[in-house]
Amino acid sequence: MTLLQVEDLHVSFPTIDGLVKAVDGVSFEVNRGETLAIVGESGSGKTVTNLALMNLLPQRASRITGHAFLNSRQGEIDLVNLPETQAQQVRGLNIAMIFQDPMSALHPYFTIGDQIVEAHQAHNAVSKEESRQRAIELLELVGISEAKARLNSYPHQFSGGMRQRVLIAMALMNDPELLIADEPTTALDVTVQAQILRLLRELQKELHMAIILITHDLGVVAGAADRVNVMYAGKIVESADVNEIYARPLAPYTHELLASIPRPDIQKEERLHAIGGQPPSLLKLPPGCAFAPRCDFSSRVAGGKQVCLSTMPDLTERRNNHWVRCHLTGDTL
Amino acid sequence: MIALAILLAVSFAVYVIFSFLPFDPAALTCGKNCNNPAIIEANRVRLGYDKPFWEQYLIFISGLFLGRTYGEGAALIVCPAPSLGYSFQEHACVTSSIAEALPVTISLAVGALVCWLLLGVSLGILAARFRGRIADVGSTFFVLIGTSLPTFLTGLLLLVFVVIKWRLLPYPSGSYTPLTENPLEWLNTMILPWITLAFAYAALYTRFVRNAVLETLSEDFIRTARGKGLSEKVILRKHTLRAALAPLVTMAGLDFAGLLGGAILTEAVFNLPGLGRLSLGAVRDFDLPIIVATTILAAAIVVLMNLIVDIIYAFIDPRVRVR
Repeated sequence: MTLLQVEDLHVSFPTIDGLVKAVDGVSFEVNRGETLAIVGESGSGKTVTNLALMNLLPQRASRITGHAFLNSRQGEIDLVNLPETQAQQVRGLNIAMIFQDPMSALHPYFTIGDQIVEAHQAHNAVSKEESRQRAIELLELVGISEAKARLNSYPHQFSGGMRQRVLIAMALMNDPELLIADEPTTALDVTVQAQILRLLRELQKELHMAIILITHDLGVVAGAADRVNVMYAGKIVESADVNEIYARPLAPYTHELLASIPRPDIQKEERLHAIGGQPPSLLKLPPGCAFAPRCDFSSRVAGGKQVCLSTMPDLTERRNNHWVRCHLTGDTL
Repeated sequence: MIALAILLAVSFAVYVIFSFLPFDPAALTCGKNCNNPAIIEANRVRLGYDKPFWEQYLIFISGLFLGRTYGEGAALIVCPAPSLGYSFQEHACVTSSIAEALPVTISLAVGALVCWLLLGVSLGILAARFRGRIADVGSTFFVLIGTSLPTFLTGLLLLVFVVIKWRLLPYPSGSYTPLTENPLEWLNTMILPWITLAFAYAALYTRFVRNAVLETLSEDFIRTARGKGLSEKVILRKHTLRAALAPLVTMAGLDFAGLLGGAILTEAVFNLPGLGRLSLGAVRDFDLPIIVATTILAAAIVVLMNLIVDIIYAFIDPRVRVR
């Protein structure tokens, strides 16, 4: 069942140099209990997409159009340009977020108990004691021992992984229907990364919530997501189930991304694959496919590279539920 | 302990510097047209300037705890502990001169501190909250004027308009009425000096608070707070201010300490008999014991305020708390 339906979302920022189109006509769905990974490099619009859904972009500095219907417990809400008072209701209650850097995402001056309880109090008219009880339950759920005593600790007394667990517990205080995890493991070391990803997966099964996992790391996605959206320069270039995208990437950009993942079986002298060139400036996007100047496959397009450079391909369904934005039409790359 | 060691070192340094100044403190005790070496030598012995400087220093330190006596018989002068020496020009123990001047300076500094904190913090928050709008522009204007106008000019302008032209307040008499004696008159004498000092400091603090609040608002933990669905009011009052105003404690503590050492210009303009005027007079008259005492006192206040700031900081920031 569809929980979130995003339709033709545009986000742009007016600057002195012109309009920066950070998100350019993005549409996708998230089902209940499903994890959608949004993958892309810096500036591809993955974070801005989600900040727009949370109404956390500075209102006076951004232009947002489109729709994002959330089938919440309270009924259907269009998240786009929600008035601030309603947006506050949705944040934390229907949609919760965890962020990249757990070191700086907690307030250094308040105890973690205070900060977790606060998240509950913002949406529930219950006593502080009840909120504390719930905080203890959730801290135990995310694997923090002696939770009761830990409530009185300050963030600096925790390690990075533990802080991310605290932030996850905080996010879960109000049973959110959707959890947006913005690069939740980027600042953690590899073993802790795996623990946190496994924890998220377990919690999702237990609580039946949907997760949007934002990452630039396709290695993280494999075991953690059900569907994958690959974004480039503000647009979705490929969208498919996770196994499909690893087995049969159809967009050249996805193919290049997958080729750039370091492998343990790589030969010593072999260099790690890197995508040549640079992502385009969002200020003056080329008329055609934004990836075309860096694309090695464009010569295979009927009509040659000129077609790629001059016209933007549509996002089309190439195989069962496998959408691609590319002029190449075969069902393999 | 460290604070005490610093104080001892500072007092020694001050003593050394002033002991080697190229003038003879004993000669000054005799007056301008004094040609009688006998009197000078007698005074030198009486005031202890005949001893080597390290011995003078030890006597000075012991005087702090035990008091000092000068001369004997009918000319006996006793300065009870804590004695900071005896000023021949003032014909008074330095401690009692300072005890007279200190309450004036404390009244001035405390009142000004309260004024500029209220003004600076609220204007700074307002400017940050309504960034780029009329309140922000207005505060920038205020900051510009406040930082450019020197205190002696602000003070004189206030005197000219408020006292002389509009006759709202009596002319500063050069004396000081303690708060406990007559609160209204105390307020009358202090209000203009407060405004003068507060104006300059409030401008600096407005700019500082505005920047600190804006910087804090862009912190990750503020985004977390927003993500929880907290209202802007809670985010500003609880999460932002606590973090933004912490460094203000250091700044206010040190500025306050600086003022307690004597606000020389403001005291001079408003003819207030505080520490600033005392030290200014002492420098003009080469009144060595008072110069030494006020310098050491100013240093002691700075050291003490640093200590207090550190203690307050431990309450604000759990990361510096000692377990």
